[in-house]
Amino acid sequence: MTSATPTADVPPPPPRTDAPSAISGRAIRPGDRIFLGLSRGSGIALLVIMGAITAFLTYRSVIAISGDHANFFTTFDWNATGTEPKFGIAVLAFGTVVSSLIAMVIAVPVAVGIALFISHYAPRKLASPLGYVIDLLAAVPSIIYGLWGALFLVPHLTGLYSWLDDYLGWTGIFRYGDGAARSLFTVGILLAIMILPIVTSVSREVFLQVPRMHEEAALALGATRWEVIRMSVLPFGRSGIISASMLGLGRALGETMAVATVLSPSFLIGASLLDPGGGTFAQNIASKFNEADEFGRDALIASGLVLFVITLLVNGAARLIIARRKEYSGAAS
Amino acid sequence: MAKRIDVSGLSAYYGGHKAIDDISMTVEPRSVTAFIGPSGCGKSTFLRTLNRMHEVTPGGRVEGKVLLDDENLYGSGVDPVAVRRTVGMVFQRPNPFPTMSIFDNVAAGLRLNGTHKKNELKDIVEKSLRGANLWNEVKDRLGKPGSGLSGGQQQRLCIARAIAVEPQVLLMDEPCSALDPISTLAIEDLIGELKERFTIVIVTHNMQQAARVSDRTAFFNLAAVGQPGKLVEIDETERIFSNPSVQATEDYISGRFG
Repeated sequence: MTSATPTADVPPPPPRTDAPSAISGRAIRPGDRIFLGLSRGSGIALLVIMGAITAFLTYRSVIAISGDHANFFTTFDWNATGTEPKFGIAVLAFGTVVSSLIAMVIAVPVAVGIALFISHYAPRKLASPLGYVIDLLAAVPSIIYGLWGALFLVPHLTGLYSWLDDYLGWTGIFRYGDGAARSLFTVGILLAIMILPIVTSVSREVFLQVPRMHEEAALALGATRWEVIRMSVLPFGRSGIISASMLGLGRALGETMAVATVLSPSFLIGASLLDPGGGTFAQNIASKFNEADEFGRDALIASGLVLFVITLLVNGAARLIIARRKEYSGAAS
Repeated sequence: MAKRIDVSGLSAYYGGHKAIDDISMTVEPRSVTAFIGPSGCGKSTFLRTLNRMHEVTPGGRVEGKVLLDDENLYGSGVDPVAVRRTVGMVFQRPNPFPTMSIFDNVAAGLRLNGTHKKNELKDIVEKSLRGANLWNEVKDRLGKPGSGLSGGQQQRLCIARAIAVEPQVLLMDEPCSALDPISTLAIEDLIGELKERFTIVIVTHNMQQAARVSDRTAFFNLAAVGQPGKLVEIDETERIFSNPSVQATEDYISGRFG
């Protein structure tokens, strides 16, 4: 920043000749203008990138779907090669949604419980180390979860699954043969463990932000600790819990390596969630992409677009829920 | 419905810091007692020891006795949760539960106490809102959130919530400091009505307010910043403001410090 580079792009000093008094003149200073340009540019770049991704996915998907000799949405098969390719996303959509739902059902209550324990029950000496451990779990790469799932979880779940089969097998959902436990339910459990840290740590942050005066309002009425949580903390944290869950759900829907390592895929939808088989979008793309030809890749991209749309819908629904509660949100007061 | 408070030898701490030192006083039932004194003199802390709210602050600790009629609030086997159901509190900033409707705000304490019958709740909510001079302003929108009311209305909603459970004592921690003069007047009028039924203790920075609403006034002071606050004197309000027995009180009231 010296005068050694006379051609440097230092903006010229603002003209002052036509400034009649000290307080009139252009209100935008160079610093403001540069920052405005940068932030506006970033915003536009984001939109352009989003648009480009959407256009790319759509373009390749149209190629794939128009070359599909079967119904893209209802077919239980993935055969995207040869002269008469037949493939459909029915199994993938089912597997993705079901495994993610199982993960949510297991993870969200546990995560909220841990977050409440850290924020409101644990002695302070225990609370912060516990918080660190939870955050650390989020940093474990997903392939490690996958290996742990395949080598430890799968062999150890067979006992639980036989037990579920004995007592709940009549429902059909919990019927279990004697194959390896490489099923959608196992994937759901593994995904639950993987999304637990993010849901926990976002919820904990929200719970810690509950205004002291809301908690004291409940305390002063003679509320016990659980009643304070029910009257002040959970209502204030509701939208935060929803956002946290959506972050977790986003990770569960798109998780690739861990699912591909654990699941034994098949293009069938069985009634039982415990028997091996099924598939998810991300897992299917990961396991087929390398061997696929040009058209096969288009087909996989088309399935990716469907995942993209599902994620958008889920996020939209979450925003709707949050918006509907806005009138009652803690931020209003 | 109103009880006498007898405090003897009460000290309160924040961790290692002593906030108030060896306070003894008597608060008469069905009267208004005002606490005045400079910032940091411990009057709010002392108020919060009267319903065991002091100890919810991390490191908060109390020594001494608070007798409500004959029962020591700090006796062994006394449940702080039960104490707070008997001694109600209104805070400096109005704090209705933001996610609850006006009705549910007033009913919150009743529900904690196990009242769930709809008709009973409705009656008590109406009675409490009337008692807080708020009924006519909100009777058509009981289902709307309490956070939509004005500051003064919110504070009266908090008073309605506190009196709905029929406490023995009502503690008010600078209840008007966030309000405009008209809302303040409404609250002061309300205090005058409420003392027929409750023992009221109010902390205030506004000496005119203490003179207007209270029967007795206690003056707190501290020797220096960092020193614990002490009770200087407590007497009839009229006497405190005309002819106090301690010079420090006279200096504070007439605006001469140090």
